[in-house]
Amino acid sequence: MDVKFKILRFDPDKDKKPHWESYQVEMEPTDRVLDGLELIKGRVDGTLGLRRSCAHGVCGSDAMLINGKNLLACKVLVKSLPQPITIEPMRGFNVLRDLIVDMEPFFAKYRAVKPYLIEKDERPEHKERLQSPADREKFEDTTKCILCGACTTSCPSFWANPDYVGPAAIVQAHRFIFDSRDQGKEERVEVLDGRDGVWRCRTVFNCVEACPKGINVTKAIGEVKQALSKGELDPPK
Amino acid sequence: MTTANNYGSRQRPTQGIERYAWVFMRLSGLALLILALGHLFIMHVFNSVHNIDYNFVAARYERLFWRVYDMAMLWLALIHGMNGLRTIVDDYTRGAVRVWTVRSLYIGGIFLLAVGSWVIICFKPVAAAGGMH
Repeated sequence: MDVKFKILRFDPDKDKKPHWESYQVEMEPTDRVLDGLELIKGRVDGTLGLRRSCAHGVCGSDAMLINGKNLLACKVLVKSLPQPITIEPMRGFNVLRDLIVDMEPFFAKYRAVKPYLIEKDERPEHKERLQSPADREKFEDTTKCILCGACTTSCPSFWANPDYVGPAAIVQAHRFIFDSRDQGKEERVEVLDGRDGVWRCRTVFNCVEACPKGINVTKAIGEVKQALSKGELDPPK
Repeated sequence: MTTANNYGSRQRPTQGIERYAWVFMRLSGLALLILALGHLFIMHVFNSVHNIDYNFVAARYERLFWRVYDMAMLWLALIHGMNGLRTIVDDYTRGAVRVWTVRSLYIGGIFLLAVGSWVIICFKPVAAAGGMH
């Protein structure tokens, strides 16, 4: 089948502002949007800039705005979309070129919530830290995050205020805050409880719709809000 | 490339003010649901503009209950609304505009609270006002 694409192009060396360009390529209905972009880049216009890595919905490199929705290009079949398929970079980040955005502010926030297990007690020698299945279940949902940025760049609070720590970083914080083995909860509170922390979330639920891994992001943010408001994350007095 | 402090909260700790504001919004919202619905039914369903007049208000304010009711509604609604406006201002404005908008919200809020409370506390029925017979 012939598939029409409309892609928002931007080359900072040449363009003052982004502009739309149209392409048409021959594809199988069961091909994915990413295949179409690869075809365009390989056969039609080699200057098209995009990120991709695993191409199987795991690495989170190719999140972009497809027909107005944040999706992973490698997870959407062309037959499921009305044509022309419009492709834009994710909103809220600076565009470096075409579909490539500057993710550094995103990862700065990710690092700010200390997304790693913080241990304070001595580690039991030659033993793993045990955890009950029930305790594991508390953060099961938030382990699925692939850091694609689809949630954060669909969030109106983030568009309005780029200093907002954003849903993705809160999901990462949730994954460790609710881990029974973690002992660094209070170290994350400074970021989460501040002016630009979880309280900027207005429960718009865009993040839940955008997440390609089906994480209930707003629920996770709500759980962090509850834990904070009950004082469960405060440093021990 | 800018990296480190692109996450505002690092720069300005808030001592949990945002946390308390969030909890307040939930609790006051629940209370207002009851208070405002009660107000709506009393003023616009069981009564109407045809029989609400000075006498009606004066008779109501004979009882402490209604003064407390109105006082609670005034404080909760005003602070709830002002805080809602503050969060919108925080979301969409920057720098001096934000600072001055928030300041004027505080000043306006405190002024309205003071005037409203003054009326509720000091109201005395006055026959000359065309009121109590």
